[in-house]
Amino acid sequence: MAKEREKIQREVPKLGGHSKPALINQGWDEVEAGAVVHTFEPNIEDTVNVQVEDRSYSPTSSMNKYVGDWRSVKPVYNSNICIDCQNCWVYCPDSSIISREQRMQGIDYNHCKGCGICADVCPTNPKSLVMFEEVTTIEEAINKWPQKEKRAKK
Amino acid sequence: MNKKEMKLNEIEVWDGNTCSAQALRQVGVDVLSAYPITPSTGTVEGFTTLHANGYVDGDIIMVESEHAAMSGCIGAAAAGARTATATSSQGLALMIETLYQCSGMRLPVVLCLVTRALASPLNVNGDHSDLYLTRDCGWVSIYGKSPQEVYDMCICAFKIGEHKDVRLPVISAQDGFFTSHTAQNVRPLSDKQVADFVGVPTMVNSLLDFKNPVTYGVQTEEDWHFEHKAKQHNALMNSKKVIKEVFEEFAKISGRKYNIVETYNMDNADVVLVCIGSLFNTSKVVVDRLKKEGIEVGLVTPRVFRPFPLEELCEALQNAKIIVCLDKSSPGGSVGALYNEIAGALFNSKSKAILKDIICGLGGRDITLQDIENVCKEAMKDYKENNINPLQSFIGVRGPKLEFYNIKDAK
Repeated sequence: MAKEREKIQREVPKLGGHSKPALINQGWDEVEAGAVVHTFEPNIEDTVNVQVEDRSYSPTSSMNKYVGDWRSVKPVYNSNICIDCQNCWVYCPDSSIISREQRMQGIDYNHCKGCGICADVCPTNPKSLVMFEEVTTIEEAINKWPQKEKRAKK
Repeated sequence: MNKKEMKLNEIEVWDGNTCSAQALRQVGVDVLSAYPITPSTGTVEGFTTLHANGYVDGDIIMVESEHAAMSGCIGAAAAGARTATATSSQGLALMIETLYQCSGMRLPVVLCLVTRALASPLNVNGDHSDLYLTRDCGWVSIYGKSPQEVYDMCICAFKIGEHKDVRLPVISAQDGFFTSHTAQNVRPLSDKQVADFVGVPTMVNSLLDFKNPVTYGVQTEEDWHFEHKAKQHNALMNSKKVIKEVFEEFAKISGRKYNIVETYNMDNADVVLVCIGSLFNTSKVVVDRLKKEGIEVGLVTPRVFRPFPLEELCEALQNAKIIVCLDKSSPGGSVGALYNEIAGALFNSKSKAILKDIICGLGGRDITLQDIENVCKEAMKDYKENNINPLQSFIGVRGPKLEFYNIKDAK
């Protein structure tokens, strides 16, 4: 079963995880004036040709934060059905669909808010992105995957 | 410095608004974002006229409200522009939310505040209710008592706010109509002098610096908010040192020396009036007049309203026997703000002075020389008879005498 899941879920690039620990217990004399947050640390010159996982996001960047804690339903991805149309990637309002070389890789659950737009715009039958309860494991979700729907004859 | 230079006379006849407009031109404001309102309209109108005539290289954003005006300033300042706006009264009230945003983000915007009463009833004339509204908003606040001072303070405001140790917005205030619409002789500096004095604004975490992308206006909860507000307060408190330096530097180029707290005839004064704005200048006439009668009256005004010069005021008022605070704002169920703060300044000191609160001049009601003379004479009488009560009285208002607060077993 584990082997099968590996096949269905492609490898997702690891996002975030700055080498420095997140800021803790800084005194008023240490915090940045105006609560300005720097995106990168150190700064990088090229943000166009460097993939997200290779950029030096600062410890205070939201890229290094888990901001999916209000999600109650989550999208689960099934690569066996996906046609790599990139619809989900285009429509995701939180850049939480990870795609490389026009190939769907998976979902960034650290930043996905569970809005369901990706599942809604998925054109395959059955859908390759389906919303499940947050507590559902990926295995359970894959086992419960909906069947192909018959189109109603005109 | 703007590309097109304006040749000014040694002495110009300018009202307070023209002074602000000319100062904004000379410091080279990059962005003015404003929604004109009486009596500060002249500042914006004057600046836009200068802009239309080619004397201003910067841009003007005409917005749909004062809330948007300050929001525009915040965006422009965060981008690294030298930014200013002007407002009064209701406009300032609508701006309040963004005033706190601006100081919290540590953006050195300059606000030319032309004071005016707050509605209701609607009133366009000058009192200090809008100035008092800015007490806790975290801005540096300095006051010009005459058109000349307004011009000078407006120039200094940029140098104070943009200083690396301050990085806070600055209110450069003046009295609505009494100062803003009264033309007086003003000795301006040349365009070059002002440009050299204020220098080029330093970019700090500019939004337009693509190599150092930053986020402004983040959310901090109980784990971070306190540290940021503490840092902000620390910067505001320490700005006094920078203000003094700037005033000294300004004296070198202009010959006009300003102080954190200004005083008049304080050497032998038993009665001391504490006031803000043009009332100080009016009171000088009374002080001189009473001097001839043998009554020594002193005057004290905090030129710098924020950071509040508690130590300086305490020192200046130590020898006073009776201190009268003239508050030009409806106190809203308490003592006037000036009274409150002066009382706080004196409480732990050796001062045994009687402290009185006079509410006057609301909605631009004229405070005449005779009014001030009466206040002084009444204060002298109160001092001799040790009349501490009532603490608060209204002057210049029609109807029966209006007095409040009587302390039991007063000293």
